Amino acid sequence: MSQSLIEIQGVSKHFPGVKALDDVTLDITAGETHILLGENGAGKSTLVKILSGIYKPDGGSVKLNNALYAPESPRDAMQAGIRLIHQEFNLLDYLSVAENIYFDRLPQKFGLVNYQVLNQQAQALLDEVGLDISASTMVDTLSVAQKQMVEIAKALSSDNKLIIMDEPTATLTNQEISRLFSIIHTLKTKGVTIIYISHRLQEIYEIGDRFTVLRNGQKVSTQNLKGVEVDEIVKLMVGHDLTESYPTRTPAARTKELFRAEALQPAGATHDVSFSVAEGEIVGIAGLVGAGRSEILRAIFGADKKRQGNLFMRNNLIDVKTPKDAVKHGISLVTENRKEEGLLLDMPCYVNISLANLAAIARNGLMQFTSERSAAEDFVKELAIRTPSVDQKVRNLSGGNQQKVVLAKWLFCQAQLLMVDEPTRGIDVGARYEIYQLLHQLADEGKGVIVVSSDLPELMGICDRILVISKGKLTGEVMREDFDQEKILNLAFQEYAQQRKVSA
Amino acid sequence: MTKRVLNSVLREGGIGLALLALIIIFMLLSPDFGTLRNVRNIFSQITINIILAVGMTFVILIAGIDLSVGSVMAFSMMVAGIVLTNSALPTAVGVTLAITAGLGVGVACGFMNGWISERWKLPSFIVTLGMLNITRGAALLTTDARTLYEFPVGFTRFGASTVFGDIVPTIFLLAVSLVAISWFVLTRTVFGRLIYAIGNNEEAVRLSGHNPGIFKIAAFAISGLTAGIAGVINMSRLTIASPIVGVGFELNAIAAVIIGGTSLFGGKGSVIGTLIGACIIGVLQNGLVLLGVQDFLRQMFTGVVIILAVILDYYRAKYTAAA
Repeated sequence: MSQSLIEIQGVSKHFPGVKALDDVTLDITAGETHILLGENGAGKSTLVKILSGIYKPDGGSVKLNNALYAPESPRDAMQAGIRLIHQEFNLLDYLSVAENIYFDRLPQKFGLVNYQVLNQQAQALLDEVGLDISASTMVDTLSVAQKQMVEIAKALSSDNKLIIMDEPTATLTNQEISRLFSIIHTLKTKGVTIIYISHRLQEIYEIGDRFTVLRNGQKVSTQNLKGVEVDEIVKLMVGHDLTESYPTRTPAARTKELFRAEALQPAGATHDVSFSVAEGEIVGIAGLVGAGRSEILRAIFGADKKRQGNLFMRNNLIDVKTPKDAVKHGISLVTENRKEEGLLLDMPCYVNISLANLAAIARNGLMQFTSERSAAEDFVKELAIRTPSVDQKVRNLSGGNQQKVVLAKWLFCQAQLLMVDEPTRGIDVGARYEIYQLLHQLADEGKGVIVVSSDLPELMGICDRILVISKGKLTGEVMREDFDQEKILNLAFQEYAQQRKVSA
Repeated sequence: MTKRVLNSVLREGGIGLALLALIIIFMLLSPDFGTLRNVRNIFSQITINIILAVGMTFVILIAGIDLSVGSVMAFSMMVAGIVLTNSALPTAVGVTLAITAGLGVGVACGFMNGWISERWKLPSFIVTLGMLNITRGAALLTTDARTLYEFPVGFTRFGASTVFGDIVPTIFLLAVSLVAISWFVLTRTVFGRLIYAIGNNEEAVRLSGHNPGIFKIAAFAISGLTAGIAGVINMSRLTIASPIVGVGFELNAIAAVIIGGTSLFGGKGSVIGTLIGACIIGVLQNGLVLLGVQDFLRQMFTGVVIILAVILDYYRAKYTAAA
């Protein structure tokens, strides 16, 4: 057994009303890749925030190389060689990628920033992580996945003993993930220790040495990863058996068409797409990040201006220019960024639930609070939203429960076509399953559901049919009985591969 | 237990307690402070600021700002004054037309503020700064900077009249009813709900099938309306219409809203808080005058109170979040 890099001894951390960490003791061996697992709210993020100097523990102590380690700030942690790659990005939008990467130590010449050296160094790093952009690109023009890769490049830019990655793959596509994993393997050979948090249990086997499961702030178990099955880990995480990852699904008979898009071309897209959704059908849209999947949903919803093509609901041409028009026609969209685009974080649950259908709880423009509250309470019960009351601010709920609040909002306005973009991003296993069940239930009630997800197994688990988008072009359609990961991926890569052939 | 009580006191009444404390301090320090005459004085002095601050609350709730209210008030006042001094009109018709014109000018300026900010997605800070200059210039232009007077007696008597045994000026009662109406609109109507929701997350409101632009323009129009009301009432109170009235009034209105606990980032606050905030500024200035505190020092005190109020709000947010 090699030496411990970090020794966490009896660490506790309280937040008002919550015991986020309760007497956790854990050794991180130098050079290992340690997987930290647990449902949302289990204490993973709190633990790594203590290691990276963002929080201070209430009790217990941490040792780094056998010396007491109590960072006062993230800066202290960085100086000690510990670097956290956040789940939420800490990039400065209006600076270049290079400036962001070397923000705390810009190369200088006569007291001025030496941009030549800066951009060269940064470009080398970007090449290393396989990000095909110029180092002088402004960060605000990057996609979410690209920002994640910049965060990773930033962590690689200095010599670190310990790199902590908090759900780095949540926003990445398979291609980028495999790139990230090869980076992790390189880091390992350099002797860098890694703590890795992920909700995607399939991927951790590729990189992990040992794993620790936290539940309700307590450590449940630390074991070698090798030889431990996924369901055993899930059992440790949730505390009981969760036999299936996805609820069983019998595809609906496609008898009546609910929605149809004809030659729909989102703003800025180079291709148009045509497809339909039947009543009771769950249609998935697969593709790489940046392939234009979200843009299709947003175009249907009228969220972005200037699209071309025709939309039909039950064979009637509908005119959707704004989300208001879409909602009027029974179309709804759960966006990929629920915090930025879906929720009023500082307002109570009931306000969020009624937001899209205020007409139902108002008379002559006056709010009817009793009916609003009782409607919200019904949804809290029906969707098992875990909240002390409907008065709780949505900010204080976990990711899974926040997502349920967004879904409740659309159920309350009786949407006929529900479009969900990355419905389970950052959501723990238990809540995921409930969301899948809910989508199935909605389909069984005769509604149409469109799901966009970067998690292909998820799409294959819950959809009746999958449309594959490659570079904005609809390259294929796969029925449930023909679902095959390789087949779908090939379709997703099709347009990119052809381009390469042409240029070669 | 005591902590919970402290929390709820801080949350529900923090700013009201500050006002109460201020009143008690001045009562103890100055024998004149609590006299009927002085109380009436304070009521009369804070009326205009309350009216302006009520409209400002709508704008700040949607995370905007309206720097033009002082000048829009002056412009409304001058337009109303010109109509009122038109000897061709019978008194009743003249007064009605003058009030309509004054309020109309206010709403029109407010609407322009909102529409321009929304149409070109400009910060309201800049647009209303422009409107501040436009309307101030327009006010001066109407009479070539002259002051208007000799209004109908009935109109000026209204500004000096009182109710409830000569304590409460009628115009103060009017200001308080505006607060009450706004409170009702903000807390009980769909319109009010969407104002708060837009301040909280405009994009989420848009993607929930609403058109936030209309509500934002409405908030600015309301602020313009209250500036128009303030113009007409101030004219009745002062018995003159002067184009140099109201310079810097926007800052007092903003201060009242912020002291009252409304967040400059929008989505959080109440018009009752605004009323209390305006009272705090008024009581402070009145009390300091009675104590013989010199002009310049008084201004410094007011500044300190604004900052203290925001610090208090910081702790309020912190402790109530913990509860």
